[in-house]
Amino acid sequence: MNTLVDVLHHRPGWVEVKEEGEWDFYWCDVSWLRENFDHTYMDEHVRISHFRNHYELTRKNYMVKNLKRFRKQLEREAGKLEAAKCDFFPKTFEMPCEYHLFVEEFRKNPGITWIMKPVARSQGKGIFLFRRLKDIMDWKKDTRSSADQKGDIPVENYVAQRYIENPYLIGGRKFDLRIYVLVMSYMPLRAWLYRDGFARFSNTRFTLNSIDDQYVHLTNVAVQKTSPDYHPKKGCKWMLQRFRQYLASKHGPKAVETLFGDMDNIFIRSLQSVQKVIISDKHCFELYGYDILIDQDLKPWLLEVNASPSLTASSQEDYELKTCLLEDTLHIVDMEARLTGREKRVGGFDLMWNDGPVSREDGAHDLSGLGNFVTNTHLGCVNDRKKQLRQLFRSLQGQKKTPN
Amino acid sequence: MLQEESDLALIIAQIVQKLKGSTLYAQLERQAWASLQRPEIKLESLKEDIKEFFKISGWEKKLQNAVYSELNVFPLPSHPAAPPEHLKEPLVYMRKAQGSWEKRILKSLNSMCTELSIPLARKRPVGEQKELLNKWNEMGTDEPDLSLFRPVYAPKDFLEVLINLRNPNYENGDSHSFRTHLGLIQVPLKVKDIPELKEFFVELGLTAGQLGIDDSTQVPPELFENEHVRIGQKVLSEQDSAAAQQYIRQGSPTALRAELWALILNTSSQPEDILYYEQLKTNVIQHDLLVDSLIYKDVKLTASNDDYYFVFEDYLYQVLLCFSRDTSVLGHFAYNSASPPKSYIRGKLGLEEYAVFYPPNGVIPFHGFSMYVAPLCFLYHEPSKLYQIFREMYVRFFFRLHSISSHPSGIVSLCLLFETLLQTYLPQLFYHLREIGAQPLRISFKWMVRAFSGYLATDQLLLLWDRILGYNSLEILAVLAAAVFAFRAVNLMEVTSLAAAEAVLADLSTLKVMPLLQIFLFATVT
Repeated sequence: MNTLVDVLHHRPGWVEVKEEGEWDFYWCDVSWLRENFDHTYMDEHVRISHFRNHYELTRKNYMVKNLKRFRKQLEREAGKLEAAKCDFFPKTFEMPCEYHLFVEEFRKNPGITWIMKPVARSQGKGIFLFRRLKDIMDWKKDTRSSADQKGDIPVENYVAQRYIENPYLIGGRKFDLRIYVLVMSYMPLRAWLYRDGFARFSNTRFTLNSIDDQYVHLTNVAVQKTSPDYHPKKGCKWMLQRFRQYLASKHGPKAVETLFGDMDNIFIRSLQSVQKVIISDKHCFELYGYDILIDQDLKPWLLEVNASPSLTASSQEDYELKTCLLEDTLHIVDMEARLTGREKRVGGFDLMWNDGPVSREDGAHDLSGLGNFVTNTHLGCVNDRKKQLRQLFRSLQGQKKTPN
Repeated sequence: MLQEESDLALIIAQIVQKLKGSTLYAQLERQAWASLQRPEIKLESLKEDIKEFFKISGWEKKLQNAVYSELNVFPLPSHPAAPPEHLKEPLVYMRKAQGSWEKRILKSLNSMCTELSIPLARKRPVGEQKELLNKWNEMGTDEPDLSLFRPVYAPKDFLEVLINLRNPNYENGDSHSFRTHLGLIQVPLKVKDIPELKEFFVELGLTAGQLGIDDSTQVPPELFENEHVRIGQKVLSEQDSAAAQQYIRQGSPTALRAELWALILNTSSQPEDILYYEQLKTNVIQHDLLVDSLIYKDVKLTASNDDYYFVFEDYLYQVLLCFSRDTSVLGHFAYNSASPPKSYIRGKLGLEEYAVFYPPNGVIPFHGFSMYVAPLCFLYHEPSKLYQIFREMYVRFFFRLHSISSHPSGIVSLCLLFETLLQTYLPQLFYHLREIGAQPLRISFKWMVRAFSGYLATDQLLLLWDRILGYNSLEILAVLAAAVFAFRAVNLMEVTSLAAAEAVLADLSTLKVMPLLQIFLFATVT
């Protein structure tokens, strides 16, 4: 169920290039990028699916660093209230260099649970929970000794992060949200938000008693697939529309608007924090997979940002979602040069940030009553992309003087 | 005139009789006594003053709601001397058919029992009780060995019984004549035709606003939605059951639905209700019933495998296990053509003093039963509330979907209504499907028996169930089934086998219920 291959092959006029041939578009993986980007010449029209130093956003330790720096800057420029809008990231410390800062924070909050994550691994590998310093002292000894034995392999970087102990539960289960954000450029910042996404459920019931049971706490589908309870038919995912409806019937539309507004805030601020650091090459674009966790007070937390979100489909529904996501991504990349560049919506993507906030077409008023700006995002809302694409391309065709 | 008056008097007497035993009566009595302390109550005009007090304090509204609730549920007697069986089911041949179907089910249950040597009921040892209590909120993690259990029956078994129903007073002979029905159902019950349905469902017409149509993204909310939400909030603040039922015919806003349904079903959240649920829970902990395994098996086979309802697995056990022990459900058998199965204490077969109803609530679950509960988990999260709503929905509506009766909302009538609508308004399609051996009812039966749960997307299903509550009738299920066939008629005309027809109709998850209903009822040229 490889969605990417299917979408690329089905795109009219696109041909797959073999081996060393010249390409105009490359959906590359990050290792190729690391080795080849710097000495690859690209014509003006060529597009590639990653930014050179995307890891400033996607590696947990760099992201934390950038976010902390951005927060300080905001506090200086706009005050504490504005800076507090960046408090969507649980307290994180890089290991081993911030170990002492971590211990200080640890001692200030006795009894809480912490989670240790490797900075560069994915799919839930290498993650564990702990409550006592003793647990990580043991771990430190283990990793250092194995490194010594192996000789010159450096100790992997980890981050210690405050574990969110009161996640929002549905049916007694913990879940996180996977949301897709497409960034077309950083300078200026242009970002699109996809309407669809999904909630990934843990297979077992949430309890703080079993911090050793990684199946309970980690909601990655990859980890869930290895759980003894896992039944492939279940899929354990909910489309975002279903999730949004569930919340609306439980908490009312206002609370849901606030929650989704807070999530928009996460996307925009996280991108702003790395805006000046990422090398903005006009050939590059990137489709990020954001992992968000909601707590019981309906506050969203950013867990991490993925530069290469999984494009393999786990079910028919998942296949539809990912193929449509990729098709719309390619529409926006616009190798065919059909768009005017002034569009606010393409298929399932809504333009979220265009060097500034983007207003809604219909001039909708703000439901929260705070006089806040109503953004052009429709996460978890109806995605009538086929209809919209038809209308869009028909009108574009009408505007062109010479037919294709 | 006189007849109507005496009918009314009879109805009033019956309702008063029914309400006399309820908690509401006790509460009203207490309130009346307490009101004597108030200065405005005077001895000379005691009756009027207390009535006035009830009106102001909202107790009259509660009484109104209770009466309205009774009127909805209890069938009106046709004759004061009618025996109780007539309330259950007036037609003898239907009663007989239901009786023999019940015998079959019970036989199947008993033989499973003997085969597996499992008792119908047993007391749990203390250790097991403690374990179950600890695991109460996560019974879904249990993986008992259910391979030897099989569901007592599935909807298609029930369909075969309905197909063989015959009215002995209606002589058809063995040969096909113009009086033989073209569909599967061969009993002559009266069903509504489209003009009558148009009148019945007048609020679904093209000139009235609807949730499910007029709240879509293209329609500005000022046109209908905002006002509708405002009215909904007003209805809720007035706590008026009848008004809520009328209001919900045009659909319920998502945020108000849970409360509106509770108001229409007239459920309360008094401490007594929570206590009652806790009592049921204790019963579950103390005794293990054979039907529990059937429930487990059903949940694992159906709801747990559903892409959306798997999350609520634990709630389903908490509701269904308690439901089987709830003897108050036995009350609905007064107007249900079915009767609760009887079992005898070991060794006392046939002795009436040792007869008990099994299961205690008299309802044996079948394959797919848990899907009646699953959509409700979307609205109610507190177990005792969820339980109450499900129980009310069952004793008002769902029981009609698996018992043989002549009631217009009974499954037999729904099947006949579906087939008649299809034959009358899509004769070419009906004929074609019949010719290729794909009788439409064979496909739509399972949708109707489950009230479309598990087939439609949840938000669409809830809009459909809004209308079931609003019109106090299940006929909309048959109309929707016909509308679905009408919608996919073009594809269905091209199929050449039952399997292909099933495939065309396999996925209903993208359908929008209200536009389909509106088009079928109001916008098709007849």
